[in-house]
Amino acid sequence: MTCTEFLAMLDDLIDDAVTPQLRAELQEHLHGCDHCEVTLSTTRKTIQIYRSHELYDMPSGLRERLHAAIMARCKKGC
Amino acid sequence: MATIQPTAGELEPPHPDVALVERVRGGDVSAYDELVRKYERQLFRIAQHITQNREDAEDVMQDAFLKAYEKLEQFQGNSKFYTWLVRIAVNESLMRLRKRRSGRMVSLDEDVETEEGSVPRDLADWDPDPEQNYSQTELAEILRKTIQGLPPGFRVVFTLRDVDGLSTEETAETLGLSVPAVKSRLLRARLQLRERLSRYFKRRKASTTSGGSK
Repeated sequence: MTCTEFLAMLDDLIDDAVTPQLRAELQEHLHGCDHCEVTLSTTRKTIQIYRSHELYDMPSGLRERLHAAIMARCKKGC
Repeated sequence: MATIQPTAGELEPPHPDVALVERVRGGDVSAYDELVRKYERQLFRIAQHITQNREDAEDVMQDAFLKAYEKLEQFQGNSKFYTWLVRIAVNESLMRLRKRRSGRMVSLDEDVETEEGSVPRDLADWDPDPEQNYSQTELAEILRKTIQGLPPGFRVVFTLRDVDGLSTEETAETLGLSVPAVKSRLLRARLQLRERLSRYFKRRKASTTSGGSK
């Protein structure tokens, strides 16, 4: 397996959407390729880091404004 | 009063949202409040990720929930209520983004031809726990700045798929893209983010720290 072929399967590997046979082939490539090993581990980390950090908190008061807007709309006919 | 069964019939229990939607259709506004509470954070986050503007994200969230409320009769029930809602929010977000860019077209196809990130270049390994080198505020700033730099078409896919946790199929349905198109954008988005984050997270050489005892 070449690095390009490995890269084409990177997402499926990360998302655990590969067959056991393909997984074994990918693992075999990883054993001999530091570049792909680093690409895999740092891409995984990238996803994990974005998933685990809440970057945007919802402003307080927004829920109340939304609720009021929905109620107002409802009074007009719902 | 009989409730409408989802198309899956007896195979799967109906999604809890189905009952809430039915209650709203029957005139129970408090059931809509429940749906809002359930999804408001996610919707706000998606809108903020796409528009990159707080004011726009607030408007998008409000407009999306109001629009969904008004159009609830059009909701078919063959997709999840949440993905239907997200689709409305994504469309609203792209509209706002377009306005901010003074009428410039913003489409999901924009910038997908870029070569950046298609082949990893910075292959230095990262610190085992790179977050520890930054305060929470610094880290959040780095993550925001980095995702901001992605083309909108990549940002949307990454946000829905990786941040929000939709499946590839749900992301495709939500955005009106094919599954292969979602997959190719997702790979490019992940690799571009990885490349950009490498600047901050790559392993620091031992010699750069002075005064160490090692």
